[in-house]
Amino acid sequence: MSPIVKKVAQLMVGIIFMYGIYIIVHGHLTPGGGFAGGAVISGAFILLVLAFGSNVMNLKSREEGSSVVESVAILFFLLLAVLAFFIGTTIFFSNYLPKGNIGELISAGVIPLYNIAVGVEVAAALFTIFLALVIYKEEIST
Amino acid sequence: MHNLIPLFIVIPLASAFLVPVIGRLIKGFSKIITLTAFLCLLLLSLNYIFLSDFSPIIYKIGGWEPVENIPIAIYLVLDSFSIFMLCIINVMAFLSALYSVSYIEKYTGINNFYTLLCIMVAGLNGIVLTGDLFNLYVFLEITVIASYALVAFGTEKEELEASFKYQVLGGIATAMILFSIGLIYWYTKTLNIADISEILQTSEDHRLIEFSQLMLIAGFGLKAAIMPFHGWLPDAHSSAPSPISAMLSGVVIKAAGLYVLFRLFFNMYVISFDIGVLITAIGTLSMVVGVFLAIGQWDLKRLLAYHSISQMGYVILGVGMGMLILAKNGNKTLAALAIGGGLFHLVNHAVFKGLLFLNAGAIEYTLGTRDLKKMGGLYSKMPVTSVTSLSASLAISGIPPFNGFFSKLIIILAAVQARFYLLAVLAVVVSIITLASFMKFQRYAFFNTSAPKKVIKEVPLSMTAVMIFMAVLCLGLSLLILPDIRDSFLGPAVNVLLDTTNYSTVILGN
Amino acid sequence: MIVYILCFILFQVGLFGILTSRNIIKIVIGLSFMEFSVYLFLVLIGYIENASAPILTGNPAQTNFVDPLPQAMVLTAIVIGLATKGMLLTMAIRIYKKFGTFDIRKVTSLKG
Repeated sequence: MSPIVKKVAQLMVGIIFMYGIYIIVHGHLTPGGGFAGGAVISGAFILLVLAFGSNVMNLKSREEGSSVVESVAILFFLLLAVLAFFIGTTIFFSNYLPKGNIGELISAGVIPLYNIAVGVEVAAALFTIFLALVIYKEEIST
Repeated sequence: MHNLIPLFIVIPLASAFLVPVIGRLIKGFSKIITLTAFLCLLLLSLNYIFLSDFSPIIYKIGGWEPVENIPIAIYLVLDSFSIFMLCIINVMAFLSALYSVSYIEKYTGINNFYTLLCIMVAGLNGIVLTGDLFNLYVFLEITVIASYALVAFGTEKEELEASFKYQVLGGIATAMILFSIGLIYWYTKTLNIADISEILQTSEDHRLIEFSQLMLIAGFGLKAAIMPFHGWLPDAHSSAPSPISAMLSGVVIKAAGLYVLFRLFFNMYVISFDIGVLITAIGTLSMVVGVFLAIGQWDLKRLLAYHSISQMGYVILGVGMGMLILAKNGNKTLAALAIGGGLFHLVNHAVFKGLLFLNAGAIEYTLGTRDLKKMGGLYSKMPVTSVTSLSASLAISGIPPFNGFFSKLIIILAAVQARFYLLAVLAVVVSIITLASFMKFQRYAFFNTSAPKKVIKEVPLSMTAVMIFMAVLCLGLSLLILPDIRDSFLGPAVNVLLDTTNYSTVILGN
Repeated sequence: MIVYILCFILFQVGLFGILTSRNIIKIVIGLSFMEFSVYLFLVLIGYIENASAPILTGNPAQTNFVDPLPQAMVLTAIVIGLATKGMLLTMAIRIYKKFGTFDIRKVTSLKG
């Protein structure tokens, strides 16, 4: 890609990334949440790969990393849900943390934590899908 | 024990996502964790047969209690019909996973295989347990996405084409099911199956509800591959790896298609005569046409796949006759006989069709072909495969000591007693043609003298052990005809479908 | 009422596209049409006139909300749709590699 594209991508990526994090952590207050924010974050990564390019080997190692992150995020989500078996109530998926006040950033118990897990999961999953398709295309053309 | 119901979904999901994380570091971890998880599920589901006092266990996810008798939480409902299906799913899943240990060696990406298998089982358990219409849709999609990927697991030409066909037809079915769920929500303003049932019983008939019923029959008919919607089944089931074929044919079309149809049309909608006629008609049609399509096949797994359509027809015929009798306020014991025959055939079909697909896998494993014309003389070379497939063939064609005979007998008896003479005659004729078709399979595969030149030997121990166990199960399930055993496993499941309104009163009463 | 009928027409446009087009990618697009019509229908059945978005802001004056449940359903369905579309497109690429074409009439290795 041309230097202009690379420079603009460099400047934009940080802002896009921050915006994604903002959407994820405000998931229980505003529209959005884990899925939307995760999609934005994965957009930042995809922009970097598109602007700077990479060789296949590099992409493959990144794909392995992102798929591990994806699985770990799902396991974290499951752990949060299963913890409810042991903490306080014995009910699956119950909200065992203090609820706080409506409208504050730290409120709504475990829901922000679920949002963060989903956000990481979606970002990693979409990036993995993108990388898998790119790697497959490279393998066809060579 | 009431708190353990979510484990049916948590255990397979956890093992599914532990496999890609830890399995990448430790070789062989994926097999061990999958088998352990499935063994836990198997013991848990068998445990509920003996524990349950036949009253449904209701589990509210998140602990949200109903407000003014309006249910808010997503309900997990474990009643006798669910226990019946859970046992079939988890027994078959464990046996398929055990069989896969040797079979899957020839493929690459073993970790992915086990991950997808675990996700599929999680989805199936979820479908059977959930009491919420939209949750049902979500679990259905989890199941079918995993099975799309598993059908295409070999990534050869045939697998890809079969999987693409399966996905397009599955996508249409999904859209229809979601549309129908939207219609039901529009009319009743609730998604809880029990709550919907109560509202539909008190309200008058409405065109929207009839439309949603037809959309549901089309959608779940596509998932269950009943006759007008069967196009994807022979391709998908014959292209998948054999343990997956056994899962797809033995469990997925039943849990994701027939279970949901029966549950919704008996326990959610008000039973109507028209829908009963429709269901019986498509059941009969798929029973008759499936067997005629099967008889000309030379590809072994494709032949078995067409027989799946035909045998599913028996199940739908039995349950559909029960629905007709119930809708006309007929004799309840007769309806129980018909529905019992249908469900009995459902569990029998899971076992013998699973076994036949595993036999086909064993033959493909050693010979590398599925073409019946290229086989022959395997009787002396592969004695275990030969004997087990003979017992499964006798079971599917309805020869007395095996389980298939008793379930077909009950369905035919019910048809005669309810004076559906034509249906009884058709069921007998289809059974005879099935026998002819399996005679062909036995003769060409095992008793033909023109043995192939290759040096072949029996498949590894884990595969033969599974096949022997399932052959014993084929004989053992005949015991379900005895009243004592029937009343602890099959009888309660039939009663759930028979007492159509009981489901909603029990669930909303808690 | 007319919007619901339009939704159903969109549904049938998608079905028509699946049944008549020969290109694999166009079939996937037709499938997307069907799903989007259903999403649109679900959002519409939860709509109430002059109601606000279903967000709790702590302001007690707001009492009239649109139905949030269909919106949650649509979000879930979109996520599932993403997964199915990803699978379908991956299959399409692999079919293109194996068969060298996107024409569904030439993808005929299975018979009988």
